[in-house]
Amino acid sequence: MNLTLRVWRQKNAKTSGQFVTYQATDISAEMSFLEMLDVVNEELIKKGEEQIAFDHDCREGICGSCGMVINGTPHGPLSATTTCQLHMRFFKDGDTITIEPWRASSFPIIKDLVVDRTAFDRIIQSGGFVSVSTGGAPDGNAIPIPKEDADKAMDAAQCIGCGACVAACKNASAMLFVSAKVSHLGLLPQGHVEADRRVLNMVATMDEEGFGNCTNTGSCEAACPKEISLDNIARMNRAYAKALFKNKLA
Amino acid sequence: MSITLESKIPSGPVGQKWSRYRQDMKLVNPANKRKFDVIVVGSGLAGASAAATLGELGYNVKCFCFQDSPRRAHSIAAQGGINAAKNYRNDGDSIYRLFYDTIKGGDFRAREANVHRLAEVSVNIIDQCVAQGVPFAREYGGLLDNRSFGGAQVSRTFYARGQTGQQLLLGAYQALSRQIAAGTVTMYSRTEMLDLVLIDGHAKGIITRDLISGAIEAHSASAVVLATGGYGNVFYLSTNAKGCNVTSTFRAYKKGALFANPCYTQIHPTCIPVSGDYQSKLTLMSESLRNDGRVWVPKKEGDNRHPNEIPENERDYYLERKYPSYGNLAPRDIASRAAKQVCDEGRGVGPGGRGVYLDFSAAIQRFGRKKIEERYGNLFEMYERITGENAYDQPMRIYPAVHYTMGGLWVDYELMSNIPGLFVIGEANFSDHGANRLGASALMQGLADGYFVLPQTIGGYFAAQKNGKYPADHPEFRKAEEEVRARLNRLLSINGKKTVTEFHRELGKIMWDNVGMARTESSLMHALERIPVLRQEFWENVNVLGSGDDLNPALEYAGRVADFLEFGELLAYDALQREESCGGHFREEYQTEDGEALRNDDKYSYVAAWEYKGVDQFPTVHKEDLKYEEVKMSQRSYK
Ligand SMILES: Cc1cc2nc3c(=O)[nH]c(=O)nc-3n(C[C@H](O)[C@H](O)[C@H](O)COP(=O)(O)OP(=O)(O)OC[C@H]3O[C@@H](n4cnc5c(N)ncnc54)[C@H](O)[C@@H]3O)c2cc1C
Ligand code: SF4
Ligand code: FES
Repeated sequence: MNLTLRVWRQKNAKTSGQFVTYQATDISAEMSFLEMLDVVNEELIKKGEEQIAFDHDCREGICGSCGMVINGTPHGPLSATTTCQLHMRFFKDGDTITIEPWRASSFPIIKDLVVDRTAFDRIIQSGGFVSVSTGGAPDGNAIPIPKEDADKAMDAAQCIGCGACVAACKNASAMLFVSAKVSHLGLLPQGHVEADRRVLNMVATMDEEGFGNCTNTGSCEAACPKEISLDNIARMNRAYAKALFKNKLA
Repeated sequence: MSITLESKIPSGPVGQKWSRYRQDMKLVNPANKRKFDVIVVGSGLAGASAAATLGELGYNVKCFCFQDSPRRAHSIAAQGGINAAKNYRNDGDSIYRLFYDTIKGGDFRAREANVHRLAEVSVNIIDQCVAQGVPFAREYGGLLDNRSFGGAQVSRTFYARGQTGQQLLLGAYQALSRQIAAGTVTMYSRTEMLDLVLIDGHAKGIITRDLISGAIEAHSASAVVLATGGYGNVFYLSTNAKGCNVTSTFRAYKKGALFANPCYTQIHPTCIPVSGDYQSKLTLMSESLRNDGRVWVPKKEGDNRHPNEIPENERDYYLERKYPSYGNLAPRDIASRAAKQVCDEGRGVGPGGRGVYLDFSAAIQRFGRKKIEERYGNLFEMYERITGENAYDQPMRIYPAVHYTMGGLWVDYELMSNIPGLFVIGEANFSDHGANRLGASALMQGLADGYFVLPQTIGGYFAAQKNGKYPADHPEFRKAEEEVRARLNRLLSINGKKTVTEFHRELGKIMWDNVGMARTESSLMHALERIPVLRQEFWENVNVLGSGDDLNPALEYAGRVADFLEFGELLAYDALQREESCGGHFREEYQTEDGEALRNDDKYSYVAAWEYKGVDQFPTVHKEDLKYEEVKMSQRSYK
């Protein structure tokens, strides 16, 4: 198939960017979206033009590197699918595809489709862990965990930190990402001990990093390639309220 | 530099070596640890766990990765699970059995002492990860669940759905994040190591490029740890992430570190077959699928009926037929070669006849679709996304692909290379898997190295060391910086006609066709003729656009491919030198009558460790003889 691409090109953080139109010809339905971009990039290089920069690594939907807004939707039209796992059979000959980077002030653009998501790392650093050092852990079976709890924790733990939730949200809120980690750890006895401190610190960092508020529109959940559920946000809100209250009493 | 390979294996019975080592090792006074700076290159399972643990112990750590976040290291993609000798199933597992299975699985080409230590600490890994909040699969009673994996007859693999690597890496990443917050670790993301710096023969730092600003920087330290993963991408197509590369270990090799057993490469039997020329990588379908899937091809050549229309008696379940006791769970190297064989016979399925079926219909009938969904749901989904086919209704198509590399920098028992102060952990070293790695053992090794082994052994080096570190403007740093800059400028100034990808693809094709699943003297000689020609063409005709002063993916890639173009030759030399078949190294000249690998223990039970002698020069091989005191070497049989 042949496609018309409108791609956001921006040299670096300091310059402003613009859309540039390219033709993608002879694209096969079996290709992944990134393989389609590879083909376009090879042609650009042959013409002496710099390739379109985009983040990617695993190309298996698990590292969370890739991410672009495709026709207005983060990670494109297919639900529960990262950009690298999107295949061209979901497009048709003659389509025009608009490709942009994540747009959020907390994710500054580095170049073309590449953005800086280190704010997510800083949120995890502020509390997204269990404070145990290596050595001295009790036997793995010392604390039985109901299968339902372990499964729910796993559902939340599947977040790949891609940032699509932020890109999808009109407020650029990071609530889905933060709540996924708060839920994952809070649902397990190992993470329960520090649950109050964790939620207060992570929310504070999220605010400091400039992410917006949650107004419950649910666009994050719809864009999330790992189907992280809005229930996590509700759970985090409860945990946050409880922790604040306990803090006041203390 | 004259080189002696001192493996430093402690004395005593194999089961007591590690505890004896720890009793005897020198300790660094806690107050002094802060004075030692450690560079950890890599933030995968090995690097992140090491950096976190070293930080906890009080060392001053700098950790580097080329992705935008340490959480995205290639380890994240591991699906199936992690082994540990917990014997929670009461099915006869033990530390000894895990040790034995790993030695046998490695086709008697690994060091006994290292492997035993690995089996010993495997149990601590599970405990540590559970304490971190890794959500391993559980049974209704609340205890940890296990599954079986290839090459073992006990059920000792722990897993978190089909995302075990992800969950283990997030555990290590979170531990690392805690240390970053505590100020013991400084993290350098989007930063690539481009050279190793030696001062007075010791590893004392690295040269890096900031991938956003292009700045070339010198980092000095008291020791350097490489945890930069494997070199599977020398084949271009592999199951590795696109960024995986050999650069850091190859740079160290060029500075005098020995590269051991590069020819031991693992081809994984269950990957989604290639669909076209544009293919950029191959996707693994976890080996755990072989627990419930049955592998078959049509009995007739060129039978292109729909698989569901081929009756039972016209199917050849060749693994069950050839290896009745292990059946579909035969080890990877054996299962891969068997697939190649049936395809070479013209019985392969799918595009180009390079594929075999992995069929779940019997399992679905037996356990119900729901159970299969629970076990492998995300893998079936992934398969459908890529191929457009539904594996609940028709068998998957799979074919072997390059997956893992057992070779790596040579290290002693303390995980130190022959360069003092240079430690190598995880897939980047050669140590524990011999000629073939068993499934679910890489995660185990990465975390064993990072959490439990290196943080102990590195202290021995520091305790014996007076000269801690050097200023980062020492002449050796300046010199290395200049060399790195010159090389980048050279890449940018060639302005040739071919893209980096084109060179990488060509190299990959040479490697896969001649140094892949089956090797012969003549195919290896052919590769050794072709690679230098391609390398020369690369340096005359590659086109790398853009500048070195900002984010430039083409430049990053060009540097990595340039290293692969030298490394591929080393791999072929090693394969040529080893005139036997063992594990992942199959030389067609050396096989039994029924086509199994034929080892030659009298001549080749050694580690081949290569010393760099210059581009276009034949490297020198050093040999470490492997002594089997505990296990009797035998012909590996899975029949
Ligand atoms: C698809 C797939 C599935 C797998 N499944 C399993 C499984 O189920 N069980 C199992 O045991 N094993 C599995 N493996 C193997 C296992 O995942 C790897 O061997 C293991 O994760 C390697 O870990 P590592 O820490 O050594 O390296 P990696 O995770 O590869 O990390 C390398 C790190 O080094 C950094 N790096 C590399 N080069 C440079 C440089 N020049 N400068 C700076 N940084 C650099 C990278 O940024 C990264 O942080 C699987 C492998 C694949 C490909
Ligand atoms: S919650 Fe979903 S969209 Fe947001 S970072 Fe995690 S995986 Fe990506
Ligand atoms: S490249 Fe890893 S998730 Fe897409």
